[in-house]
Amino acid sequence: MEIPYTYKARPDTGLYNAKVGIWLFLASEIMLFGALFSAYILLRVSAPVGFWPDVALAWPRGLLNIPIGTFNTAVLITSSVTVVLAWAALKMNNFARFRVYMVITVLCAFAFLGIKSFEYNDKFSHYVIRLQDGKALTGHIEVDGKHPRFWNFSDQWSVAKLADKKVTKIKVEMDPERDVNGHLKKGASHHHEVEVAVSDIVSMGSYTPATHPFFAVYFLITALHGLHVLGGALVLGYFAFPGAKMWKSNPEQFINRIEVGGLFWHFVDLVWIFLFPVVYLL
Amino acid sequence: MSLKAFHIVFVAASVILMAFLSGWSFLAYQETHSTEYLVWSLCAASSVVGLVIYGRFFLRKLRNISFL
Repeated sequence: MEIPYTYKARPDTGLYNAKVGIWLFLASEIMLFGALFSAYILLRVSAPVGFWPDVALAWPRGLLNIPIGTFNTAVLITSSVTVVLAWAALKMNNFARFRVYMVITVLCAFAFLGIKSFEYNDKFSHYVIRLQDGKALTGHIEVDGKHPRFWNFSDQWSVAKLADKKVTKIKVEMDPERDVNGHLKKGASHHHEVEVAVSDIVSMGSYTPATHPFFAVYFLITALHGLHVLGGALVLGYFAFPGAKMWKSNPEQFINRIEVGGLFWHFVDLVWIFLFPVVYLL
Repeated sequence: MSLKAFHIVFVAASVILMAFLSGWSFLAYQETHSTEYLVWSLCAASSVVGLVIYGRFFLRKLRNISFL
């Protein structure tokens, strides 16, 4: 027996099976991301008042790079436009144009992931250093003339590791000055470098999940979102090339598949549209 | 809801985000008097206009496709 409405819309609802399926799936995704957003907001509002890192558990502000985040937002908005234009091209029976738009969509997805990994690298090599006199410094460090890199987990430094390696001094490229709202002060310089004696350091840690709840929840949500982007890109890439054979055998079902893929892609992009202001701006 | 309808929702959300970014950057400019924030605010405001124009183009281009 053939399963009904696999690609023909059911007359009373106007929906085919896959569209009902994807919306049920997206409903479960809304609950997943909704829970994580709630966790972020609850941690944010219950954090002590003050300016991080001076107050250890105050909520850090202005740590994420807004121009890069905005550029990534533009990349995702572009990818949503191209995925819907790919679907529209198929509706207008133009397969060549569909493939061009789909390739642009997948390229945008990988551009997003590339930029995000650049941001991750920056955070994993960015340190907060607490000194004996109670001061806290933040910036990128240089140990024995080398900058730590995130893809090398053995390259993470602590006071104990510095002592083990008999390092006596490290260089810190200090972050530019910010006001209490995290905004860059006018004319703030990024390249002010200081040398710090290891004996003066009480503790140090890179901007990793273990350092502060902000980083824990930031990495969790953005990495989960990144996995969704990667999954979506792989599926859309499959539709653009090996899966495109269906266009000849069953064009109606193929168009439906692209629509379902496009709905997932829009959801992933919509999550970012909420994530960007919450994490980067507020 | 079809991809067409979801795309309209997405464009509307993007317009709201860019308007918010424009306002946020303008407030930051008023606090810091740093021209970077003013430029940022103007860029975000112009992207609001761009997205609204695109939304109208999209609706016109796909007027024969159902919202369901």
